[in-house]
Amino acid sequence: MPAVYLEREDKMIKVNELNVKDILKKLNINPTTVIIARNNELITEDAVLSENDKIKILPVISGG
Amino acid sequence: MPCKRCKSNPVIQLPNSNIKLCKSCFIKYFERKVLNTIRKYNLINHKENIISALSGGKDSLSLLYLLNKIASKKLDFKLSALLVDEGIKGYRDKTIKTAREFCEKNNIKLHITSYSEVTGKTLDKIKKQFPDTIACSMCGVLRRYLLNKKSRELKANKLATGHNLDDEAQSIMMNQFRHNIALSARLGPITGVKRDKRFVPRIKPFYFLTEKEVATYAFINGLMDEFNECTYCTESNRFVVRDMLNSLEQKYPGTKHSIVASFLEVLPLLKEKYKNQKINSCKICSEPASSEVCNACNLLQRIRQ
Repeated sequence: MPAVYLEREDKMIKVNELNVKDILKKLNINPTTVIIARNNELITEDAVLSENDKIKILPVISGG
Repeated sequence: MPCKRCKSNPVIQLPNSNIKLCKSCFIKYFERKVLNTIRKYNLINHKENIISALSGGKDSLSLLYLLNKIASKKLDFKLSALLVDEGIKGYRDKTIKTAREFCEKNNIKLHITSYSEVTGKTLDKIKKQFPDTIACSMCGVLRRYLLNKKSRELKANKLATGHNLDDEAQSIMMNQFRHNIALSARLGPITGVKRDKRFVPRIKPFYFLTEKEVATYAFINGLMDEFNECTYCTESNRFVVRDMLNSLEQKYPGTKHSIVASFLEVLPLLKEKYKNQKINSCKICSEPASSEVCNACNLLQRIRQ
């Protein structure tokens, strides 16, 4: 199961989905509001993960 | 699907399009778009003194990074940075540290001013004094006042800000919702309705780039710090409009681009309509004002009571 780190909430979760688009949908995250990194490299929403992948979901909004 | 140009791994799918770009092709696309905006709207001229507003967040850091990159290579202008310390504990203190480190590393002169300097109080204290007033409305008045005043004192020709397409679409819609069209006339890639020596024009080189594109550029260039949100941001009307536009963008891709493109078509008419509107000088501080006393002095009087 891939691990997903949600930076805004500062929490790590495990998901069953391998498709980034499906993960965002499951977590109710609007893709226009985040960028996604795997091993410190950005990936697009149509990327497919491996079982042991860890990704970070980073908000793109300005903090203030 | 790989990068459209070089077939490497993509880092972004461009907004409102099926085009994907890899890291190096995206950097070229991003920087070309900024240069085109600067040239098309005459944002920066030869030998000008440009001050870049810096908060230490990803937008202003990316802007300063890119302006510094092109200041000596592509365009010839003088560059320094200006930071306004509002005095927000746990938020601004962190970004100031990032801003200082960045300027030191890149040998960029950093000017710092603060709300304490002019009001004797931090925003945290001002908010405690007026708990029922939205912090962002007081903060906006003071920040605009200080940025303009300090930039003028530093003899800047232009003040560059990291405002992006998302910010502009939000401002346009907020002005529509409040029937504040005179304020919209001041928007655009370069602000102001007419030249006035009391105003330092603000330029927005990221005008046609989305927040996601700026974040992607910041991440690739190592300019994205850990997520840090202003203590008072949930009070802001702008954030409600931002969420609304993001929902619309997800459902109807291209919404934000359309808002800005439509606005740019009518902007010359708005500027023409408001070009003869008189700008007073505040009777207290002599800064530009829409009435006898400017918004900043009105607020300062309340704070000092």
